[in-house]
Amino acid sequence: MTTERTAGWAERAMAEAEATAERESGRLSPEQQVLQRIERARRRSPKIRESRITLAHGAGGKATHSLIEGLFVEAFRNPTLEELDDGAVFSVGSSRLAFTTDSYVVSPLFFPGGDIGDLAVNGTVNDLAVSGARPLYLSAGFILEEGFPIADLRRIATSMAAAAQRAGVQVVTGDTKVVQRGKADGCYINTAGVGVLERPVSLGTAHIRPGDAVIVSGPIGDHGVTIMLARGELDIAADLASDTAALHGLVDTLLDAAPGVRLLRDATRGGVATILNEVAQAAQLAVIVDESSVPMRPAVTGACELLGIDPLYVACEGRLVTVVDGAQAEAALAALRGHPLGDGAALIGRITADPPGMVLLRTAFGGTRVVDMLVGDPLPRIC
Amino acid sequence: MRFVDEYRDADKAQALATQIAALCEPGRQYKFMEVCGGHTHTIYKHGIEDYLPESVSLVHGPGCPVCVIPMGRVDDAIAIANEPGVIMTAFGDMMRVPGGNGSFLDAKAAGADIRMVYSPLDALKIARTNPDRRVVFMAIGFETTSPSTAMTVLRAAAEGIDNFSVFCNHVTILPAIKAILDSPDLRLDGFLGPGHVSTVIGCRPYEFIARDYGKPLVCAGFEPLDLLQSVYLLLQQLAEGRCEVENQYTRVVPWDGNLRALEAIGQVMELRPYFEWRGLGFISHSALRMREEYAAYDAERLFDVPGVRVADPKACQCGEVLKGVLKPWECKVFGTACTPETPIGTCMVSSEGACAAYYNFGRFTRQRLVEATRV
Repeated sequence: MTTERTAGWAERAMAEAEATAERESGRLSPEQQVLQRIERARRRSPKIRESRITLAHGAGGKATHSLIEGLFVEAFRNPTLEELDDGAVFSVGSSRLAFTTDSYVVSPLFFPGGDIGDLAVNGTVNDLAVSGARPLYLSAGFILEEGFPIADLRRIATSMAAAAQRAGVQVVTGDTKVVQRGKADGCYINTAGVGVLERPVSLGTAHIRPGDAVIVSGPIGDHGVTIMLARGELDIAADLASDTAALHGLVDTLLDAAPGVRLLRDATRGGVATILNEVAQAAQLAVIVDESSVPMRPAVTGACELLGIDPLYVACEGRLVTVVDGAQAEAALAALRGHPLGDGAALIGRITADPPGMVLLRTAFGGTRVVDMLVGDPLPRIC
Repeated sequence: MRFVDEYRDADKAQALATQIAALCEPGRQYKFMEVCGGHTHTIYKHGIEDYLPESVSLVHGPGCPVCVIPMGRVDDAIAIANEPGVIMTAFGDMMRVPGGNGSFLDAKAAGADIRMVYSPLDALKIARTNPDRRVVFMAIGFETTSPSTAMTVLRAAAEGIDNFSVFCNHVTILPAIKAILDSPDLRLDGFLGPGHVSTVIGCRPYEFIARDYGKPLVCAGFEPLDLLQSVYLLLQQLAEGRCEVENQYTRVVPWDGNLRALEAIGQVMELRPYFEWRGLGFISHSALRMREEYAAYDAERLFDVPGVRVADPKACQCGEVLKGVLKPWECKVFGTACTPETPIGTCMVSSEGACAAYYNFGRFTRQRLVEATRV
């Protein structure tokens, strides 16, 4: 029979809130007081509420941010880390180096357009490239599950080697661990990479100004939708392949043509929307995106429409998002479009002063909506 | 995309917006409730409110099926998922809905085998391929999803699959609308009827709303032009002094509904005497349970469900917010105990709920946002 209890967390939160409310000033209107309280909560450093890791912590949205800032940055605090960029940039002697690491756990391991091997090379090369560096050396760490076919591993290593050769980098050190059956999903790869900054570029959200242009180097969402379909859970087929590619050549072309590049990012986990939110929040400026200019393949649009997923949050593995001095937008676009990896480049939006910290979308329908940071994975809607 | 782009044409929207503005009586305020969560999503996704005059506002109704699941039912489902040998299956948007003690995502992290499916048939497939496990489908939703649950149970019975069951949380839309209509301080001028639900139940069941409560209802489709046209039809009724049930979504909704789907529901499920709705409390005859004949597929009978009721904190005023009586910020727990990270009521659970939207963006007026995108 039904008994009744209350949710402990809700009761505690209410008690805390009442105590805060009492301290609040009586001069503001009730609505302003509420808004002020929210603003304070917003500014508070991210707190991890969960007692265990959930998949949301790995999805790149709010939960990932609170984990990184509330746990890892707390533990490892230093000025280089606190930049929280795709790679760390620091000086050794007279050289400026970029250093980055990334782990790859994609499932399935092989998918149209690539596999975990070239993904592991390209992803780390791209983190270096968007730091403005020329990628030089990579490490490769393999965590293998007992029973994993050697033939598959050989296939992965071969495609890593080919990707490294295309990117002009060498895998110079590595590590192998084997775990018991059931303790891993076949094969995980970690790569770290070192590159050198040869141009006098200074990239970062601090350089972004109102009037800057936001450009994406090609159609978005290819990788994420390809992986979703390759998992075979959906019984949808589409002529679509991952966009995995090394982007440092494209970055070079761009920086040659438009020295006024303020920021480079590769739109991986969390998609273009997550990057734009990071930009808006770090720069305390607004990003205004025009939905009808965002390049997207019909197969991606269709799959996302069916699944109830917003393509702006879907991962890419070979797409550059860049913020460029507005006066150089045309030059930047022309340069990107002249490169085989950027022929679908498009200007998708502008930076403005107001409202600070927000990403707004002018919808193709002619309306306005806020593009917020995701809490966790983009989950399909039932209605 | 064909059959989609036609309903998202900005020029047609502009033309409709002009007609809508012309129908509004100067000085009069109009409040229409869209009952269905899918409509709320469309309104938000396409920015439809930009096309409406200041005097027309849309009130987001209780029709988000995951948001109305009370905390106790989530806890019950997690208790089932924690039973040995159980695979719990659920729709994606159910995964994050918090119970009294965490969500499905949290339970999964703590070791329960909880899998996301796109259809109850996928859950049945899991049961077929895992004969040594007990597969439970967390059934949620209005009449839109209950037929597919019923059909799945019928198929399981026909195939003799005995390791599949349903934890039935299906709700019905009419009692919820009625609960809102019965409120003495209701301030609504009409309803945008739930198009998907209506593909099953048809338009006829809404007739009491116009007849007994004097509120017009237009059964609306899910593309942005559908919604604008439906608002136009509501305003036209008011302007002409009519009060009727109209069907804007004729390309999908038959007036009498889908009889085969209704039969399937009736065969497998029956009305519960009462069911709790998050934020709205208990509403009689507002939900479905499995019939005795299908007890073998009823997780509530097969498992020892704790049935603990987790009380919504007393101060939660979702009901008032839903009825348009209170603004989100006027609710006693808004922004304090109830936040998007720790939502208490249905209006905060969904990111498109009135409270979640106000929490995230309330500091910016709509006008400020619209102007920002016009530079």
